[in-house]
Amino acid sequence: MPAQRSVDAPGFSTRRFREEREADWVAFDALLAKLEKKGATALTSDELLQLPILYRATLSSLSIARATSLDKALLDHLEALSMRGYFLVYGVRESRAARLRRFILYDWPAAVRAVWKETIVIALVILLGAITSWSLVASNPEWYYNFVPDEMAGGRDPRASVEYLRSTLGHGPDAESERSGLHVFATFLFTHNSGVSIMSFALGFAFGVPTLMLEYYQGIWLGAMLAVFTSKGLGVDFGGWLFIHGTTELFAAALSGAAGLRIGTAVLFPGACGRLQAAAHAGRTAGKVMVGVIAMLLVAGLLEGFGRQLITDTAMRYGIGTLMIAFWFGYYYIPRREDAA
Amino acid sequence: MTDAATALAKRRAAQAGKVRQFVTPEGVDLELRIASASLRFGALIVDLTLIALVLILFSFGAAYAGFASGSDIVLSIWMLGAFVLRTFWFLGFELGARAATPGKRLMGIRVVARDGGRLTADAVVARNLIRELELFLPMMMIGNGAAEDNVAGWTILAGVIWSLTLSLFLLFNRDRMRMGDLIAGTWVVMAQRAKLDSEIATSEAEGGAMRFSDAELSVYGIYELQELERVLRTRDARAMREVADAIRSKIGRPVAEEDDVFLLSYYRQLKERLERGLLFGKRREDKYASD
Repeated sequence: MPAQRSVDAPGFSTRRFREEREADWVAFDALLAKLEKKGATALTSDELLQLPILYRATLSSLSIARATSLDKALLDHLEALSMRGYFLVYGVRESRAARLRRFILYDWPAAVRAVWKETIVIALVILLGAITSWSLVASNPEWYYNFVPDEMAGGRDPRASVEYLRSTLGHGPDAESERSGLHVFATFLFTHNSGVSIMSFALGFAFGVPTLMLEYYQGIWLGAMLAVFTSKGLGVDFGGWLFIHGTTELFAAALSGAAGLRIGTAVLFPGACGRLQAAAHAGRTAGKVMVGVIAMLLVAGLLEGFGRQLITDTAMRYGIGTLMIAFWFGYYYIPRREDAA
Repeated sequence: MTDAATALAKRRAAQAGKVRQFVTPEGVDLELRIASASLRFGALIVDLTLIALVLILFSFGAAYAGFASGSDIVLSIWMLGAFVLRTFWFLGFELGARAATPGKRLMGIRVVARDGGRLTADAVVARNLIRELELFLPMMMIGNGAAEDNVAGWTILAGVIWSLTLSLFLLFNRDRMRMGDLIAGTWVVMAQRAKLDSEIATSEAEGGAMRFSDAELSVYGIYELQELERVLRTRDARAMREVADAIRSKIGRPVAEEDDVFLLSYYRQLKERLERGLLFGKRREDKYASD
């Protein structure tokens, strides 16, 4: 039968193709499974050398199979295998420890430096909020009730006595009894503040407007409190109470706002690249800043929960606060050798 | 007939719309497929359930330790643990080699950098911190509304709708990116594993029991061939009967052999015919395409 002849005649057959290559695919699959489960360190040097060879062999098989084979199961398997291989071969370049080290030494401060303009804007917004509410409350204490809700104030309002206010700063007799629950308090503060910071970052994409509002509100709250304590002659003490953790916390808040603002402005003014690309680029910088912000808030939470309750001396509080801000500024803004590269 | 042809073409176009070019440095297009919204939602449900389960177990452990030690340090460990779990569950898993949380693995999807580069930690961080907003803003809106009676129902509704447009952002774009994907420059794509199944009808005895003429083989294209392959691999007797009858009536053969003998022979010879066509640069997509 002539028709039968022509079916078997071509020198290339997909069956033979598969017979020749199948061993490579199976070996690559096994290698990938090992890599995924145990990481690159589990591979012997022979296996490591085999990895790119098998990867390229699989990709070439995929190309040939796409052009010649109609076996759907085979095509699906090769596609899945190539994709897995691609992301493993090109994905992992350094160990987690090396990544962490690079992040702490270079990437984190570099990302913070990159948003310096936004940081200044947010800092000014917080300051503006504080000045607004401070001047309003100082001229008419009734304003205070508009700014600070009762449950947040906890009795710290213009009607409170000097003794009561002093006690809330940790100088009074009440301070002693509260000491046992310190770590609970610190943890609560940390999780709460992180939540607020994540919000102020995440809301940034709405052109930064909600972020600015959130930060302005933080300033308002700060200014109102400051005005109440100053009017009772406790301004310096309150400053110390705030300063010990506030430098770290407010800096972190400003940075989270700056990260949000960076995304908002990238969406509004994408510059030379497309809007999506600009947003993605800004998002990555902002993501790095945010990891740093959460770490800073952890420090602030510890300072607030433990440091502030245990150290009641105002000068000492100022000292620690100043030390912290000096540390953060030095860490972020002192230029580093790798910057040039 | 033309209706069926356009319907098929439409279905194939819809599937092609999900495929994104993704060329490796070796020059091979991996043809990534965007994961559907339902798969994404399923993965999220699985992850949230797992987180809740771990949290419950953790709470039991903490409560037990708390009673045993009588100290409230357990409470703060619990709070910290809950926070870490909620924030880092997605982060930790997506930073791993498979770039997928357990829920995503179950659904066979993974996270990929949109530009084809490697998925960096900052991208994963950005996309997951935004999740916080997408998940919790609608809940917060509802919670706020419930807490404050003086707010009008319409205001709450407006707030919830506004926040839902953020959360459901992925339904409104072609690439099924959520807000976080947009910001981080990532995609979620299909990453299903496919087992290497043995080829069917390889032996002459299986695939050559019957002979079909060229005219009989020329009625079908690649789409039909692969549908036939699927039926043969699942080996469902009823489906095989239906398909065999459809082919028989189409090519005008009487019912003379067992269904599987008939189908295997037809499959093998159709595949050989179409693959030969491929070698000569002729790709016949389906039965409606010209031969």
